Amino acid sequence: MATSAAISAPPPGGARALLQRLRNGDELARLVSLAFASSILLVTVGLIYQLWITSALPRHKFGFGFLTSSLWNPVSGQFGALPFIYGTVITSTIALLIAVPLGVGAAIFLSELAPPRISSTFTFFIELLAAVPSVIFGLLAIFTLVPLMRDYVEPSLKKLLGFLPLFSGPIYGFGYLTAGTILAIMTLPFIISISREALLEVPTEQREAALALGATRWESTWQAVVPYARLGIFGSIFLGLARALGETMAVTMVIGNDPSIHASLFAPGYTIAAVIANEFSEATGDLYLQSLVGLGLVLFLLTIVINAMARLLIIATTRRGSAHP
Amino acid sequence: MKKSNLWLGVFGALAILLAVAQAKVLINAAGATFPYPIYGKWLEEFAKVYPDAQINYQSIGSGGGIRQFSAGTVDFGASDMPMTDEQIGTFKSKPLHFPTVLGGIVPTYNIPGVSQDLKFTPEALAGIYLGKIAKWNDPELQKANPGVKLPANEIVVVHRSEGSGTSFVFTDYLSKVSPEWKTKVGVNASVSWPVGLGGKGNEGVAGVVKQTPNSIGYVELIYVLQNKMTYGSLRNAAGVFLKADLESVTEAAASVAKTMPADFRVSITNAPGKKAYPIATFTYLLIPSKIDDPAKKKAIVAFVHWMLTDGQKYAASLAYAPLPKDVVAKEEKQIALIK
Repeated sequence: MATSAAISAPPPGGARALLQRLRNGDELARLVSLAFASSILLVTVGLIYQLWITSALPRHKFGFGFLTSSLWNPVSGQFGALPFIYGTVITSTIALLIAVPLGVGAAIFLSELAPPRISSTFTFFIELLAAVPSVIFGLLAIFTLVPLMRDYVEPSLKKLLGFLPLFSGPIYGFGYLTAGTILAIMTLPFIISISREALLEVPTEQREAALALGATRWESTWQAVVPYARLGIFGSIFLGLARALGETMAVTMVIGNDPSIHASLFAPGYTIAAVIANEFSEATGDLYLQSLVGLGLVLFLLTIVINAMARLLIIATTRRGSAHP
Repeated sequence: MKKSNLWLGVFGALAILLAVAQAKVLINAAGATFPYPIYGKWLEEFAKVYPDAQINYQSIGSGGGIRQFSAGTVDFGASDMPMTDEQIGTFKSKPLHFPTVLGGIVPTYNIPGVSQDLKFTPEALAGIYLGKIAKWNDPELQKANPGVKLPANEIVVVHRSEGSGTSFVFTDYLSKVSPEWKTKVGVNASVSWPVGLGGKGNEGVAGVVKQTPNSIGYVELIYVLQNKMTYGSLRNAAGVFLKADLESVTEAAASVAKTMPADFRVSITNAPGKKAYPIATFTYLLIPSKIDDPAKKKAIVAFVHWMLTDGQKYAASLAYAPLPKDVVAKEEKQIALIK
């Protein structure tokens, strides 16, 4: 009844117009979804603000030295973030170096080459892998990956590439390389499953056109399908990277938790997320606590910088690319 | 009709909840994780004899316990280490420390081919953690273990990665037995370790030791007892090699009970007694000396008293070392200071 009355009414002005549009639902939906969207922005801004004001002490005391010092000594009250930044970047890099070729390769196989039944079975297991809690990965790493790395992988790397500082020094099994490897395993499901979705969305015409031009199956996949799905694949890598940068539990269980910088990938190190989780509950004194919050801010900024760089990379490659949507 | 019934139900439930809440005085506490299993048991048993109060304990760590207690967000705190003068300085009326139980810390190791229990001198332990004793067949270690064939392998040192009361006590001990440790590293819940890998928690350290040949780590006595792990004995201040057990840990407190300061803020590592295990510690309840709410005060006083008497009986079965009698008597006197 209300609606029919509204339709027959003369064009209303001002507040009534707004009310009218609200009643129609469109405006209401717009406002509600706007509120939802801006709440995300609000949370982000609030997070930065909170991290900024609660890390004032180390900022005033150490200044930029906080970022460049590699000394972390709670007893003498000296705090430097460099070993943690280094560890975070190194482990995430190792993770992506392993996970990207494997993940994208697996996604190509699942979407382009595998028979549908095999593809869906595999995908089910991969998505199951994404749901495993990280502490389980950590335990798995301690009991199987660490001995494997210590007894086989790292000794053979040392034999083969021992002349590089990256692959020299004593072998413990706990360290950057093991942490990077477990991170690779943890990021793989994200990369595979999202890349696969992106590849599946490539229109069949794209493939048919390439084949019609005389391309082989592989040429069509690599030159026509993969570039088309490039954005989705990059997106999957970002998501994997985000997980690698922020992962705490599995990393702290195998990285060795040593706040110093080592050239060797076999050596123990530390990441930002791991040190916050380890030391926050027992941090006594304001400077110590605020230095840990400061590390949180550094991790936040690091994530933003890496994401921005990755986005620039996309823009650059997309401009250069030939076949893209 | 249905709707009004629903509302009636909701109000009814709320009223009942309110009534229950009013009948019971609610007390919040937070702090150390090490004594959490026994505190949980105590609170469960105490609720049976004192149904008027409900005490909630959150095991958030000693540092967090002191912080929350200082901020006044909990009614009392708990910590493995005593509060510092500086921390106490922020209080209007001085908070009281009540030791509850004791814990010990033992060296555990994994040396392929060595199945005997090893003996450690304080010098050996400090040397290993300073990185100065780097091989298992070092003379300092070999001298204390004449019958054991120690390999010439590098020692992999394992410590706690997170800040913990366990590390605090361990570094406190090393500082007492090694002047070099005292000046180079110092005492804290987390320190800048000269060498080694960090494992998270007792289970993390034990896991790394178990997984790494030629490694050594330190874990709480309660953890090795519950998991039936091998661990070494340690030479105490009187020169006797002791393998830690609940009696020798209690003895560490008993041997310093006479000389203990009135506020119980004392380190009992490297205690002088012949039967005293050298790496032992109290864990404390931190209780305000002035509690405004009479119902809360009554409940907290009752709990502390019960903990010192009936509560102590539960300690041994949960692998905690009970307090020696002298300390209990001293604490009973301190209860009177809660105003």
